[in-house]
Amino acid sequence: MTRPAAVSRAFPSDPFRRNVWPRIAAVALVLYVIYACSQLDVSWDRVQTGLQNAARFFARLFPPNFKRWDLLTKGLSESLEIAVLASTLGIILALPIGLCAARNLMPPWVSWPARLLVVMARSFHPVIVAIIFVKAVGFGALAGTLALTVASIGFIGKLFTEAIEEISLKQVEAVRATGAPFPSVLAFGVLPQVFSRFIGFATYQLDSNLRNSTMVGIVGAGGIGGTLFAAFQRFDYDFVCAILIAIITLIMIGEVLATAVRAIFIENATFFDLLRPGGKMRRVRHTDDD
Amino acid sequence: MLTLRNLSKSYVAGTPVLQDVNLEVAARGITAIIGASGTGKSTLIRCINRLVEPTSGAILFENQDLARLSGQALRNARRHIGMVFQEYNLVERLTVMENLLTGRLGYVSAWRAWRRKFPPEDIRHAFELLDVVGLGGFAQQRADALSGGQRQRVGIARAVMQEPRLLLADEPTSSLDPKTSVEIMELLATVGRSRSIPVLVNMHDVELAKRFADRIVGMRGGKLVFDGIAADLDDAKLTMIYGGEGWLQ
Repeated sequence: MTRPAAVSRAFPSDPFRRNVWPRIAAVALVLYVIYACSQLDVSWDRVQTGLQNAARFFARLFPPNFKRWDLLTKGLSESLEIAVLASTLGIILALPIGLCAARNLMPPWVSWPARLLVVMARSFHPVIVAIIFVKAVGFGALAGTLALTVASIGFIGKLFTEAIEEISLKQVEAVRATGAPFPSVLAFGVLPQVFSRFIGFATYQLDSNLRNSTMVGIVGAGGIGGTLFAAFQRFDYDFVCAILIAIITLIMIGEVLATAVRAIFIENATFFDLLRPGGKMRRVRHTDDD
Repeated sequence: MLTLRNLSKSYVAGTPVLQDVNLEVAARGITAIIGASGTGKSTLIRCINRLVEPTSGAILFENQDLARLSGQALRNARRHIGMVFQEYNLVERLTVMENLLTGRLGYVSAWRAWRRKFPPEDIRHAFELLDVVGLGGFAQQRADALSGGQRQRVGIARAVMQEPRLLLADEPTSSLDPKTSVEIMELLATVGRSRSIPVLVNMHDVELAKRFADRIVGMRGGKLVFDGIAADLDDAKLTMIYGGEGWLQ
């Protein structure tokens, strides 16, 4: 079949839109990495001395020393308490703030102050916030709890706002059309759409607070971190190793619990489903957004 | 019963979607609104319960001008106006029963709604209605587990739960197959008859409108251009409403 002459226009030989800027950026990145290495004295010799030192350090870590287990459990339980308290408080505060920040439900004069609050809560690393609270309220677990509460508000507030801004407004419209007052529209039109994602954020935040609660102690804000830091300073590396193992265990238990909570809330799994191998627990991640 | 007077709506100033619509809907019977896509049928229906704010004009319903209401008064008026949507607009993650009880939210305090404490007679009524729409036994199913026809039945039952004195339906059959469409129209007609309330339906399907409507209103370019019974709707009138004639067989 011959083509009609009218169709044979000059087509471009390259059908893709090429862009030179990403390539220039990639070259610039490589050049900067080389420059940074020379500035920071990251050389092969330096790495070698570092490795020799590391070998000595790791040798002294083993075997772990659990003799001071009372100090260890005291620090760990304080960390756990900080994490659970901060998560609970943070979630309770983040819910209304996150809701107020949702631009599809709230007028700008409500959403902008709420967004500002969330951005402020997110702008500093928990360690910096912990230092501020140690200075403000003094050494101890209260400072750590407050610091992690602020972090939780920042994280859950932001994600909760985004989840609400992505809901289907058709469902909300239908609830509104029944003459429902605004709080009832929230309960029946909005929250059901974000509930499972919210459970996901909340368990993730508890997980993250658990990890951070082992760290705020380094700046004197309570928890196992203080014990860990003291052990480092006294070169009690075998005790350091014991603390690290205990922290890993705590985080792993937290992870398992978080998965179980997600399975129960999102998949309607029962306690016995969780014990069954290959049960509902495994499928949670895939159905998170269903 | 329901009277629209000089109703106009422009989403963008200067380009009206509805222009001076005057319509009087009788106290009972199905009124179908037909017309091409984008002629303002949906906007017209949504202005009545103020899901869309009319730019000017009056909506007289039960001795009130709905266009002037706000706050509590508007919510009280809305709870007597049931609405059925093209895409059902059920709350997908709630159960069928919860979706039905959503129809009672205008009557139940927010405090009770949050605790899911509905009056027992509402719950009994909901179960009875599920049987009526042929979904007995589906109460605890999640809405997103249902087929299109089943969802629309839930949508209608939710509207009926409001004890409506006016039923609006925005293209209730456009997402459904022909057989289910007829069943849904029959259900809407039954609801209207048994409660003796007017039903105002937007429709794409002219044949379906002719079959079920007691009165047909044709819209073009945001204006009413036809008002009559199915028998009056000949090819000439259809050409006037939809424009062109190639689509007529």
